[in-house]
Amino acid sequence: MDFLITLVNGLSLGGIYAMIALGYTMVYGIAKMLNFAHGDIIMVGGYTILLFLPINPVLAIVAAIVFCVIVGIVVEKCAYKPLRGSSPLAVLITAIGVSTLLQSLAQVLFGSAPKQQMVDLGALKIGELSIGYSTIITLVCSIAVMVALNLFVKYTKTGRAMVAVSEDKGAAQLMGINVNFIIMITFAIGSALAALAGLFYFLKIQTMTTTFGALPGIKAFTAAVIGGIGSIPGAMVGGLLLGVIECIAQSIPALSPYTDAIEFSILIIILLVKPTGLLGKKRREKV
Amino acid sequence: MANKFTLTLKKALDAIRAKLSKKPEPRKTIESDFVLETESLGITFGGLKAVQNVNLKIKKNEIYGLIGPNGAGKTTVFNLLTGVYLPTDGTFYLGGEELKGLHQEQINHKGIARTFQNIRLFNNMTVVRNVMVGLQNQPEYKCSLFESLFRLPRHFKTERAMRKRAKELLEIFGLLEERNNLACNLPYGKQRKLEIARALATNPRLLLLDEPAAGMNPNETADLMDTIRLIRDKFDMTVLLIEHDLKFVSGLCDRITVLNFGTVLTEGTAQDALNHPDVIKAYIGN
Amino acid sequence: MSKFTSTFKSIKWKKYINYIAIAIVTIVLGALSMGGALPQSTLYLLEKIAISIILAVSLSLVVGFLGELSLGHAGFMCVGAYLGGKISAVIASTALGNGIVTLIISLIVGGICAGACGFIVGLPALRLKGDYLAIVTLAFGEIVKVIFQNSSEKSFGGPIGLPTPRFDKQYLFIVAFLVVLLTLAVIQNLIKSKHGRAITAIRDNEIAARATGINVTKYKLMGFIIAAVFAGFAGVLFSYSQNNVSSATFDYNYSIEILVMVVLGGMGSINGSIISATLITFLNVQLQNVLKGDLAVLKDLIYALILIVLVIYNNAPALKGFREKYNLRNLWHKIFKPKHDPAKVRDDAARWDVVPTKIAMDEVLSTDIVIDNVGDNSADIGERGGNK
Repeated sequence: MDFLITLVNGLSLGGIYAMIALGYTMVYGIAKMLNFAHGDIIMVGGYTILLFLPINPVLAIVAAIVFCVIVGIVVEKCAYKPLRGSSPLAVLITAIGVSTLLQSLAQVLFGSAPKQQMVDLGALKIGELSIGYSTIITLVCSIAVMVALNLFVKYTKTGRAMVAVSEDKGAAQLMGINVNFIIMITFAIGSALAALAGLFYFLKIQTMTTTFGALPGIKAFTAAVIGGIGSIPGAMVGGLLLGVIECIAQSIPALSPYTDAIEFSILIIILLVKPTGLLGKKRREKV
Repeated sequence: MANKFTLTLKKALDAIRAKLSKKPEPRKTIESDFVLETESLGITFGGLKAVQNVNLKIKKNEIYGLIGPNGAGKTTVFNLLTGVYLPTDGTFYLGGEELKGLHQEQINHKGIARTFQNIRLFNNMTVVRNVMVGLQNQPEYKCSLFESLFRLPRHFKTERAMRKRAKELLEIFGLLEERNNLACNLPYGKQRKLEIARALATNPRLLLLDEPAAGMNPNETADLMDTIRLIRDKFDMTVLLIEHDLKFVSGLCDRITVLNFGTVLTEGTAQDALNHPDVIKAYIGN
Repeated sequence: MSKFTSTFKSIKWKKYINYIAIAIVTIVLGALSMGGALPQSTLYLLEKIAISIILAVSLSLVVGFLGELSLGHAGFMCVGAYLGGKISAVIASTALGNGIVTLIISLIVGGICAGACGFIVGLPALRLKGDYLAIVTLAFGEIVKVIFQNSSEKSFGGPIGLPTPRFDKQYLFIVAFLVVLLTLAVIQNLIKSKHGRAITAIRDNEIAARATGINVTKYKLMGFIIAAVFAGFAGVLFSYSQNNVSSATFDYNYSIEILVMVVLGGMGSINGSIISATLITFLNVQLQNVLKGDLAVLKDLIYALILIVLVIYNNAPALKGFREKYNLRNLWHKIFKPKHDPAKVRDDAARWDVVPTKIAMDEVLSTDIVIDNVGDNSADIGERGGNK
């Protein structure tokens, strides 16, 4: 029974990771860059929710999504777009800069003291089992989002254009796809997912700090790599897997202090066995 | 007592060293008059026989051509011979010593050097240093890490000797003037030549050239033919080359093998092989 | 003859300028410090600068010369700090006491332990490429952090941190600068030797390096181990400069800060790494002093803005013409070296884009021989020429 609860908690946490990992993996697949500032978009979403929550919860969610999308697009246009076509490492360093910038801006605006806000949605009780509604909502929403994203990529024109751009930017451009627009859309979707992840992660830990997004960000990055970075199903599988592993490790007292170490060790082992992640494309250089 | 201790220690160290260097079991050797001899060499990629039953016998000082239409498996043969792929069938011998299963660098140390179809130079290094990298593993330029780090006399001695030798090689290829330019700034023809110079620097017994004349104009091609003959004579070298330019092949090669769909169509002197009806059919069609 | 000696002298001068500069700085400041003329804050700043230089120069070996992105350099430093700090604490309580001998022993122990970790991290580097390796190094750093955080109080202090012995503050930075000189000597000598050439060759083209007979395994591991050893030294010095080593210091942000030093200094330029490490550390510490309280956050803000603007200015393709017209290097050559030929650049200098960080180098991702494409590669047309 306990194990079942752990599993549900793990899947719910994994759903959060998967949503963030999707942002990493889509941006990586399409813009060919590691968006290190992605974790801080979660933080932006968290603060927006905190700000609007006293007014109206629904407004808070909408505001968070809209604001995160705007921030994501502005960051892309100002910091990453000028560097398109230059070295990947330069973009990586800029992303690190953007991450620090967002964190310190948040600190200027909200101060460094952690802000707490209790949100209790109650719990579902089945016999002896008790699972928080927030956990269930997280799980359901994240699965719905993933399904929707998959349908979007598969069946809409924009989605297929995204796949085309990720395969070959130049060829996609020659086929009349507006690459800049597609990249912008990718950042927008990634940021919207980050906002949702921010909401659910906030429901989980109920404390806001300026480094709110750092830990889930890095975990989700790990998840994306485990699944094979650049692969959308890979991000989902990686995220869920990592969430379940984390909850299982935490439920065992002897292992719980080492949860992070275990997760990262699993990452290393998976990469050593499959150097491009679970569902990543195997590419090799022609000789 | 102390003696015994040092002895055990020495034994243990030797065991570790042997394990680390992973000495392969003694390799098979055969009596062979040929520099390179392949024995029904082949590779299968997931069910598809990319190359099968290739039997090459290359004599010393020969310039041997490997031709065939696109996708015939020529470069795959090169990749098999240099250890990029592990052959699934057959084996090959260099001077009678079996080399199958060795790593790429080990095969190079044994005496096979190659160039690449799409040029692979160390682009951000100068021309002379590209060649010096090739000289690395020659026994006469040995210099341990310790000697290099602490700048012991041998470091300076080997550096000077390597540079001198590299310049000699560059002079043969007419690249001496360019020695301090970055390799990526060289024009195409010179990049090809530099790649050959680098391969020669590893002091091979067999030189594999993958489309050396690709992208060259007729003058450059003629020049390259002279250079390859010069290499053979001056370095006492055996050359195996892939080329699409049939004029180049027939003008240069002593013997050729024609591949098609991974199998040998025919082999023999350039004239005979190129006039073989199967070859004409493969190239032109019925 | 006189011409020979004069050129000889000028070459030597230029080659060793960084050693000479650091040696002079060390001697002058050391003398001042022994006279008691330097305040505590300056001594602390100098220690910090020395540690940063060691870290940046050693990381530049991996990133700039070996061409692998490492995001776990702070992890090696962490190993050095904890193990070196522990050893020094143990020795300090024995007859040897807390002197220079203890410091040297703990440096050696910390360096060796970090080097062993470098070996362990180097192993996946043989199989992984680019981003995948980057995340493995990052993961390594986090694992090390977690392990020390959860150690028992008796062994490594656990969450409280490891209390470390102090060394006379007036002299510690001199030792640190001597280690800087050692780092410089070893890494520069390595790069300018046949072994270093092999390492840069692997960076430029791994497949060609293999075909040229270079033992890629050996040289990749060598690069990782040497870099880790020096990071370990930096860690030991760090543990000496603090009262207490806490593993939270060595998070991935710290690794990234070191990476930023290397990248801003110009990849593959040792002197650039030294200068940028000095400047960034100086700015960090000074801004920390100037901006107190609520203003402290402005430091990060300014730092981030400078970083973004600098990188965009240096790399944006749109600004290329502007950059080529007005840049410091041209100015420098205009003043000091009128005959500058841009084609003849120093060949150990790397371009950022050759570091196979991201998918631009995707084709290199997995060079282990997995056979999934078939047949001859004759469709593979070289970059510049046609096939026929």
